[in-house]
Order: sequence, then C-alpha cells, then structure tokens
Amino acid sequence: MLLRALLGFILYGCCLAVFAHKASDSYLTLMVSAGKVSGQWDIALRDLDFAISLDTNGDSAITWKELHNKHDAITSYAFTHLHISSGESPCQIKPTQYLVDNHTDGAYSVLLFDVACPRLSTEIGINYMLFFDLDPQHRGLLRVEYGGATHTAVLSPTQNNQKIVLAQVKSGTVFLQYLHEGIWHIWTGYDHILFLLSLLLPAVLYRQAARWKPAIRFRPVLIEVIKIVTAFTIAHSITLSLATLEVISLPSRWVESAIAASVILAALNNLYPLINRNLWLMAFGFGLIHGLGFANVLKDLGLPQNMLLLTLLAFNLGVELGQLAIVTGFLPFAFWLRKTQCYRKVVFTLGSVLIAMLAFIWLLERSLNLTLID
Amino acid sequence: MIIVVALVSTPALLAIPFVPDHDEQVLERLPAAANPVNHELRALRNRLNANPGQLDIAVKLAKRYIELGKAEADPRFYGYAQGVLKPWWDIPEPSSEVLLLRALILQNRHDFDSALHDLATLLHQEPTNAQAWLTQAVILQVRARYDDAQRSCIPLMELDSPLAASTCLASIGSLTGHAAKSYDFLREALKETQVTSTDQRLWSLTVLAEIASRIGRYEEADQFFSEALKFRRQDIYLLNAYADFLLDQKRPEEVIAMLSEKTRIDSLLLRVALAKQQLGDDDLPNIVTQLKARFAASRLRGENLHQGDEARFTLSLLKQPQQALQLAQANWVSQREPKDARILLEAAIAAHNPAAAQSVIEPPSLKNRIPG
Repeated sequence: MLLRALLGFILYGCCLAVFAHKASDSYLTLMVSAGKVSGQWDIALRDLDFAISLDTNGDSAITWKELHNKHDAITSYAFTHLHISSGESPCQIKPTQYLVDNHTDGAYSVLLFDVACPRLSTEIGINYMLFFDLDPQHRGLLRVEYGGATHTAVLSPTQNNQKIVLAQVKSGTVFLQYLHEGIWHIWTGYDHILFLLSLLLPAVLYRQAARWKPAIRFRPVLIEVIKIVTAFTIAHSITLSLATLEVISLPSRWVESAIAASVILAALNNLYPLINRNLWLMAFGFGLIHGLGFANVLKDLGLPQNMLLLTLLAFNLGVELGQLAIVTGFLPFAFWLRKTQCYRKVVFTLGSVLIAMLAFIWLLERSLNLTLID
Repeated sequence: MIIVVALVSTPALLAIPFVPDHDEQVLERLPAAANPVNHELRALRNRLNANPGQLDIAVKLAKRYIELGKAEADPRFYGYAQGVLKPWWDIPEPSSEVLLLRALILQNRHDFDSALHDLATLLHQEPTNAQAWLTQAVILQVRARYDDAQRSCIPLMELDSPLAASTCLASIGSLTGHAAKSYDFLREALKETQVTSTDQRLWSLTVLAEIASRIGRYEEADQFFSEALKFRRQDIYLLNAYADFLLDQKRPEEVIAMLSEKTRIDSLLLRVALAKQQLGDDDLPNIVTQLKARFAASRLRGENLHQGDEARFTLSLLKQPQQALQLAQANWVSQREPKDARILLEAAIAAHNPAAAQSVIEPPSLKNRIPG
C-alpha cells in the first residue's frame, strides 16, 4: 500500500531549516597587481571528500597526510572546473602552494596559484563549475582585488560566468603602484646600484700623474655627478621605452650578461683607468643596456594595455627616484671622506675590486645559466 | 551582480592559511551521523553512477540525503539531494516523487512559495500523499495561514495515523486562541495511540512541550521535552526548543551540558552563548566572535535564511536593538512562528519602537480564526 511505502519516509513536523551550518561555499580570490594575476582558492575538505574521497582509510577523519596525498587529484579536479581568461584568450593556471585554513564551518584546503594570461586586458573572465553537478546549492564566492578595489560576486549554477572589468581602477593607483615597483627594482637590483657606484666612486677624485687626488671643490664634483646620472638616465629611458613599446627586443640572457659585463668594465676602469674624462659617455653607452634590463622587469610585471604609457612613465620615474636617493646618500659621504686613505684604499680601490669580482660571478652565472652564489 | 566595494574587509573569514605540523594531524572530522548510512549511500551512489538517469535509484538516494539533512540540520545534504535530482529538476512535469522531494528541498531553502506550488501540483495529481499534506500544513503554519494549514491537516486523519492529524491540528489550534484545549486534545490523542513510529511520537511530544511552555505549565513542558529527548534521536529542532525553554527558566548550566558537544551547529552555539551570558562566563566574547563570523559567512553567500536567530544574537549578545529590529522585521515577512513573533516584540521594545511590532500584536490569524 502506498501508505506503508510512505511511512518509511515521513518527515514529521517542524522540518523547517534551523540555523545550522551554511551550505557549501568555496572562496576564490584573484589578486591582480601590476599586471600579474595570482590566486587563492579555499575549498572545504568536506566537499572535496564528497567529490573525490579524501578519507582514504574511512575513519571519518581527514589527516594532513591523507590530504597531502591527494593534492594532485585535488589540483586536477579543481582546475578542470575553473577557467580564467583575459581578452578572450584562456589563461594558464599554475599551482604554487598547498595550505590549510579553518573557516567557520570547518577546514579548507587552500590552493595558491599563479595565473599566466597571454594577453592580460582590462577584463578577466571566470568560468566556474566546481561541485555544481554534485551540489547545485554550492556557491563560489569570488573576490577580485585590483588596485585597491575589490570586486565580489557569487557564482552559482545559473550564474557561473563572470566578467570582471578592471577598468574602473583609478589611473592614480596604477601610477603609484608602478612608481613603487620602479623604486623597488633599483633598490633591490644590485647590478644597477653597483654600476652607478662604480661610475660615481672616482667623481670625488681626480687623476694627476697616474695617481688619484682628492677633488678640491664641491661644485665640479656635483657637475660631474649630474652629468653621469643624467646620461645614464637618458640612455636607459630610451631603451626602456623602445623595448616596452616592442620596437626593439633582445633576449634577456644576453641583456643580463651585458649588464654584468658593464659593471665589470666600470669597476675595472677605476683600477686601470682607460677613460677618466667624460665618464658620462660610458654611463650613456652602458645605460642603453641597463634600460633593456629594466624593460624585462616591466614586462614581467605585466602591462595593462590601456595604461601602457602611464605605467612606463611611472616605472621610469620610480627608477630615477631610487637612483636619486642612492646618489644623495653617496655623494656627501664620499666628498667628506675623499681626502682619507680609507676612501682611496678601502672604499675606492677595494670597493672596485669587490664590485668587479661580484660582477664577474654574475657574468658567469647569467651567460652560462649557473647558480654560483645565492 | 558585481558589487564594487573599496577595500571590503572580512578579517574573521580570512584567517592565515598554514601548513599543518605533522602528517597525522586531523584537519577535519566528517559528520559522524553519516557513518552508519555511509555504506548504503555509497552503494546507492555507485548504482546511480552505473545507471545514470534511473529515477527510482535517484529518488531513493535523494530521500536518504534529505533525511540526513534534516537529522544533521545540514544544508549540504539537501544540496546533494538536489544534485541527484538534477536531470528531473527543471523538466516541465516531474513525477510526483520528484515534486515532493523538490518541495522539501525548496522548503529547506525557505523558498516557501515555490515549495507550496510544487505541493499543490503534487496533491492535485495524488491526493493521497500524506507527506505532501503534512509538509504543506507545516509551511502554511509558518506563514501564519492557519485556516489553510488546518485544511491541510484534515486529510491526514484518513491517510496516516490519526496522531499525525491530531498533532497537526493541535499545533495550529494552539496558535489560534485554543492553546489549553489543543493541549488536552493532543495529550489524550498521544495517550490513546499505542503503536506509532518514533519520529511521530517525537514530533507530538515536542508540540506538547512547546504548547505547555507557552501556557505556563512549565513542569509538564519539562517532562515532555525530557521524554522526547530520551529517544536519543538527533533532532536539532527539539534541542533548540528545549534550550530556549531552559534559558527562559534560567537553567543555563543544563543548556551547556546538553549542547557543548554540538556547537558546530550554529543555532545551538547561539543557545550556548545565551547560556554563558546568563552565567557571566569569561568565554562569552570568544563565542560571540565565532557567531559573528558564522553569520557573516552566511551573508557572503547572499542568503539570509536565519534572520530570526541573527536578530536574537544582535539584540541579546551585541546589544544593538535597532539592527536587531530590522532583522526581526525582515524575518517576520517570511516566517511567523511564535519565536519569530517574540523576537520582533522584544526588539521593538528594546528599540523603543512598539509600532514596529504592530503586525504581531494584531495578527491576521485573529481575524480569521476558526470558531469552536
């Protein structure tokens, strides 16, 4: 009888939802910074277990070992259910790290990943299908962080495609971001600092009868420094712009090796002076190569196509600011010490030797693709 | 819809991810109640995977998930049930079995109108479906449509055990001005019924306990609650109701003893927090933070299924009467059970805005109550 059949499945009474847990969610965050996209995806272990069985030994407890052993399976499952694109072309997702986090309703597997888009435009497309076949009440909670703004969206089976337009970002924010990157790069790019120092070390000295003598007045020293710095700046700005605008293009290994070589030559020139007048010419010539190096960094950061010139300008200005800071730090110090033995023997001579040696190691590393020092 | 918010901060939700210390560290415990039925579920799932589109297997599996979802008060199981029914979910005329399950799932999501629509269609096709009449009565009662709810109880007399009909009618009667009479009627009906299912008895006892506590017969209420709890059946609704009773009776220690192992369930954690508040426990701020994060996590989904509990949390624990009143009013739009009326009244008093609770003071039920 129907009644009998039903009795096995009568949900009596107050079968209303009580506030228990929330339903299944995943938290997908994309961070777009300086044209680079990286992501974090938190997926509940319960949901992963339901989809691909994490609890291998069936004891209802998921250990780190069980989770760890399934990381490959999780990666392939998760990333076949998520597609990211930009400018109509699909991006590659590369997992970088596996972590764990506790959310309000339990433990989550945290996947960190990089997103490589062949052409990063002002639009990021997300196609999300995780768990929708198993649990249509699952939601993907998307956050896209870009230039100080956050876009959020709830991804559901009926709304599983999202286009996030990044254009609302203020150009001022981007400008500051790239300015910062420029300063940061010159400060952390020791090859550029050492090249510049090699040229500036003799600026407080002058050569007379094959001997270095301390400069007498500050003014000529300052003029010499300004000439060197300006020549370096103009030269690297030219090549930075040309390379960024894809007018010229050289392999980065070649460029990086040439930069190392330029540091060696600049340092050796202090020890065995070939050029001691018009050092600015040397600054200009090698500056062209350093500019190509800056361009590679800028390309790695990624360039928002709609703000190409702005980012180029900001990055370049950042480089100049960083450089100016080095010069203003160095010059008074060097001028003050210029008459001492310490300056000539330790700072100038030993300094140049060390710079040349270090740059020689760089040259070997870069040209032969080795790792000699960390 | 994409909302652009400058620097949205959800600090509580974004803790710092970590690498666990050692291999054997337990990260997550799967719901234990799922264990005994795990085997059956897996077998059914495998059968369904082998025969996709096989309606009878899908219905069986979906039923199991819904039962689990109810027992555990866990919406994930309702989601799984919906997933299993996916091939039939959007077809124009699903079978009566699918209609019933879909109604239960929609009801769980508080999509009451769609659920009622499915039930009406189903009862038109199959007027002998007891579960459908019962579910319809429950939803109509929550919506304070007491006349219609009562009409939905009556067919149960002939279809199911008369006790189901009596419980259904008494529950509604107690809310429409006949509490004492309904109470006596149901108590008699329960006494007379010798053979019935555990679930049915549990429900009748819960309804009796709730009516008793509303009419001030606290000792009897306590007895009925205790009797219901003796079945040791996981029933979150019962635990919530008894905890509320104990809180009203200022017996917070018992609330904590009963619920301390079950705080994974948000509504039970709220009751524990209220009990700790009565005790002046040092641990309270910590629990309040947890609850805040859980409500925030629910809101992120764009759902507000638990505004009643959130109103209570906001009023009693956060002490924000204005916000609590807004939540209680929003909750009252979709749910009109006694506890929903109570939180709206309490919030309106605390916010010095009695007019906000006008619809509770003059409920539509009194206008169309049934004589006798």
